[in-house]
Amino acid sequence: MEEATLLTLPVGDRDHVQGDAGAILTLLEYGDYQCPHCGAAYPIVKAIQRQFGGNLKFVFRNFPLKNVHPQAELAAEAAEAAGAQGCFWEMHDAIFEHQSRLGEPFLLELAGKLKLDTHRFAADLAAGAFRKRVEADFMSGVRSGVNGTPGFFIEGVKYEESWDFDTLSEVLEGILEGA
Amino acid sequence: MEALKPGTPAPEFTLSSTPDQKVSLSEFLGRRVILVFYPADWSPVCGDQLALYNELRQEFADLDASILAISVDGIWCHLALSADRKYHFTLLSDFEPKGATAKAYGVYREKEGVSERALFVLDTKGVIRWSYVSPVGVNPGADGILKALEKIPTGE
Repeated sequence: MEEATLLTLPVGDRDHVQGDAGAILTLLEYGDYQCPHCGAAYPIVKAIQRQFGGNLKFVFRNFPLKNVHPQAELAAEAAEAAGAQGCFWEMHDAIFEHQSRLGEPFLLELAGKLKLDTHRFAADLAAGAFRKRVEADFMSGVRSGVNGTPGFFIEGVKYEESWDFDTLSEVLEGILEGA
Repeated sequence: MEALKPGTPAPEFTLSSTPDQKVSLSEFLGRRVILVFYPADWSPVCGDQLALYNELRQEFADLDASILAISVDGIWCHLALSADRKYHFTLLSDFEPKGATAKAYGVYREKEGVSERALFVLDTKGVIRWSYVSPVGVNPGADGILKALEKIPTGE
């Protein structure tokens, strides 16, 4: 464990990816929708995306700590359910922007606002249609050495430094210059 | 002080799990055991580390492993932490004589009076198969534990 910890499940078709598929840099986050640190990281990631534009793609995987954050699992499944209707990132953003309101009624309200098929969305949540998917994300994180959230990887290597904007941006800039 | 190495029989201990109950390591013979030594209740890294193991109860159970977490904190402190964090595994109190179990495993920090952040995976016969001492401020995650458990042949 002294050497760099690597992402065991490479970024692929199953992932939610934002940005240019051909981008040089890949930033991946294992996150929990009810985690306050992930909430704090959300605007930083957005700022990083603006800063690096077409040079960066961003991937989000679920890592809900269900006992600590009882609303995190349903929120993760809701983002996946929205994703099945082509609106993963819209739901992802809306959840992080209203973290304090999490819970089923609010998720259903968001689905309505995003003009999703709310019957299908509600049925997917009730049936746990995306529970396995969230679990697979979680275990891929555990296997990759994620020990809490947010857990970031840059170019498939676990990022151990601070995720404040300046540090993150400096590290990415360094990789970009070397590329 | 050096942590006990793989191949060493795990030293027996009997520690309090509640104000009126004690747990002995020998009760777990026939099952694999994950021993998690951590420095202190309520410190942020411990919280995250134990929260992660709490989520992995099923994965550990599927690998026939029980998890015991040990620190020098008193039992009332453990109970409060466990209730607050909804832990579903046992926290043991290495409280009196203080740190005796951590010392037996070679993971006691004399200067600070707390244990190292250390992991041991024991087989069904109570022999250490894997051990790892993490820098105290670094959460070691769970991938090492899972890998160690998977390396042990079925039934051992």
